[in-house]
Amino acid sequence: MATRLQFENSCEIGVFSKLTNAYCLVAIGGSENFYSVFESELAGVIPVVKTSIGGTRIIGRLCAGNKNGLLLPHTTTDQELQHLRNSLPDQVVVQRVDERLSALGNCIACNDHVALTHTDLDRETEELIADVLGVEVFRQTIAGNILVGSYCAFSNRGGLVHPHTSIEDLDELSTLLQVPLVAGTVNRGSEVVAAGLTVNDWTAFCGSDTTATELSVIESVFKLRESQPSSIVDEMRKSLIDTYV
Amino acid sequence: MAEEAGMFFVQQTVGSVLCCKCGIPMAPNAANMCVKCLRTEVDITEGLQKHVIIVHCPECDTYLQPPRTWIKAQLESKELLTFCVKRVKNLNKVKLVDAGFIWTEPHSKRLKVKLRVQKEVLNGAVLEQTCTVEYVVQDQMCESCTRVQANPDQWVAAVQLRQHVSHRRTFFFLEQLILKHDAAARAIRITQMDQGIDFFFANRSHGVKFVEFLGKVVPVKSRSDKQLVSHDTKSNNYNYKHTFSVELCPICREDLICLPPKVSASLGHLGPLVICTKVSNNIILLDPFTLRHCFLDADQYWRSAFKSLLSSRQLIEYIVLDIESCASEVTVGGSTYLLADAQVARLSDFGKNDTIYFVKTHLGHLLSPGDYALGYDLHAANTNDMELNKYKGFVLPDVVLIKKSYEEKRMKKRGKPRAWKLKSLGMEIDDSAKGKFDEEKMDAEYEKFLEDLEENPELRFNVSLYRNKEYQPSDMASVTDGEDAPTVPLDELLGDLNLTEAETDYDDMKE
Repeated sequence: MATRLQFENSCEIGVFSKLTNAYCLVAIGGSENFYSVFESELAGVIPVVKTSIGGTRIIGRLCAGNKNGLLLPHTTTDQELQHLRNSLPDQVVVQRVDERLSALGNCIACNDHVALTHTDLDRETEELIADVLGVEVFRQTIAGNILVGSYCAFSNRGGLVHPHTSIEDLDELSTLLQVPLVAGTVNRGSEVVAAGLTVNDWTAFCGSDTTATELSVIESVFKLRESQPSSIVDEMRKSLIDTYV
Repeated sequence: MAEEAGMFFVQQTVGSVLCCKCGIPMAPNAANMCVKCLRTEVDITEGLQKHVIIVHCPECDTYLQPPRTWIKAQLESKELLTFCVKRVKNLNKVKLVDAGFIWTEPHSKRLKVKLRVQKEVLNGAVLEQTCTVEYVVQDQMCESCTRVQANPDQWVAAVQLRQHVSHRRTFFFLEQLILKHDAAARAIRITQMDQGIDFFFANRSHGVKFVEFLGKVVPVKSRSDKQLVSHDTKSNNYNYKHTFSVELCPICREDLICLPPKVSASLGHLGPLVICTKVSNNIILLDPFTLRHCFLDADQYWRSAFKSLLSSRQLIEYIVLDIESCASEVTVGGSTYLLADAQVARLSDFGKNDTIYFVKTHLGHLLSPGDYALGYDLHAANTNDMELNKYKGFVLPDVVLIKKSYEEKRMKKRGKPRAWKLKSLGMEIDDSAKGKFDEEKMDAEYEKFLEDLEENPELRFNVSLYRNKEYQPSDMASVTDGEDAPTVPLDELLGDLNLTEAETDYDDMKE
């Protein structure tokens, strides 16, 4: 299920959090509300870590990661790096990247197998992404925007891209990513998809402006309903009955 | 571009996204919302004024443009639409695309204007919407109509134009000048007075403008006075009646003048006996015996005002017996003169006695033996001019010829209409004045003025002559031999714009 929430009256929750299949990073806010929403959804499954990156709260836009690793920009302090290494599971590789384009979250969009990157990233960074995150890297644009990390959000099950993406681009991207994609919006028509939405394989969080229509699009493309335990039972029962008949 | 260069080009098909509010599929736009939802979300006509009250004067059919301008406009006209659109507040916040009237009953006191406006909403989506603005027309008479309704004779400024001479020739000419320049268009009333004309205006500035006009065309002296009519101490409003007293200089064309010694000295001992040849905003004086001339502007004249010795009413007719030029032709102030010695005799004496006068004249180029000429008879004149007495030992000439006479040639044309006519100001005649107007004298003076116009092309320069429809040229007139009385060439005349028929049609329609 997707959850609607706000970070200190801002609906751009993708900016202040990073959600992957192995961990979740949230910004240190003035109140505990934001953190506790994540905690209530994810407690006991994956660790929810409060952190800052380079002293800022916009962690979702600055780092990129999946279940295999986490890439941090060169602005990250040693303390923050140490804190993250201590807090994240041991199998997650935490790596600081010396890349000129330091907003890695805006430049890289990835799931556990594939990553789309900004066209101007360094070759070393590209290699590092492949090594640390364990993904295939494609340099891409989305609907003419080079900030691929801002204008798309995808998990291993599906993805949401900029509403102006043409059908041809959609086909190409979904072939690369091997997941179904759909063009859509969040936060009542906002096209900055990754800023309003953070998603992993079984749950999603979006800004509180998101309408019911947008929510249903998100839930269906990321297959969040099926991921509920009850749906698994339903599916099993269906197949059982099917065999009986 | 890419295709022309032979480059590979991926065709882009616009996909569809779901409207973020209602979920119907649609082409993506800036707000990512379908038009219907966008309409419910934002109303761009929200800030616009939908009910406007406009003030209309039923008398002169004008609309009030605040603060105090009244605009004349017909119903459903372009002007009225402009006016209506301008009255809507906050229209500058949206872009106006189209406007038009919706028909309403003319006497419903309502106007309806349909506006189509555009505005940018929600990160760059442009929304277009129509709305209807209703105008309530409130009738209220404008200031000038109120004044006319309350008392048609109410005036604020009066210009009293006076010339203290025995004839009205100057006013006939001035009337034509005023008509030509449309200077008295704002006058409420024009009254013909003894020795002058009164002009009444509804506004002080109109009166001032008219006085300034007069100062440009004739040498005048003016003073203004005001009388307090009413005042409101609380709002510091004062209502005055202004009176401008404008005096024209009594010197007219063709007058014989004896210059005061001081003036004569200041003009380089001109004269002292001079003729006035032209009066515009300055006076041109000519010494007929030396052909010296000089200009006198209004200031110079009023500093030492002098009167004429003899004026055109005292001209009598002479017959030229012999003429002999004594110099070559000279051009003085735009007109040519020739100094000549002439032998003349009074027409009244002709055949009775043999009195012959030997005179010097400036009309040598016009006159030939046997011609008639008009001149002042100083020999018989009983002048009691103060200035003349100041010149000790000054010998007056017997005769001063002024102009050639066409009296004889005109005799046969008397009573026939002219090929041209003049307009008139439509003056009221003030009967209450002490001296009653002598109709016959007026007509005779007017006839003289018309003859003057025929003789002097220079005088016609500032006058609009109109074609006379009643005039039929006769063949008889065209075959006359030799010199004829001067007439106005037909190509100088203006066709008169006649609107009377159209106006009556319009009146019929109204009824």
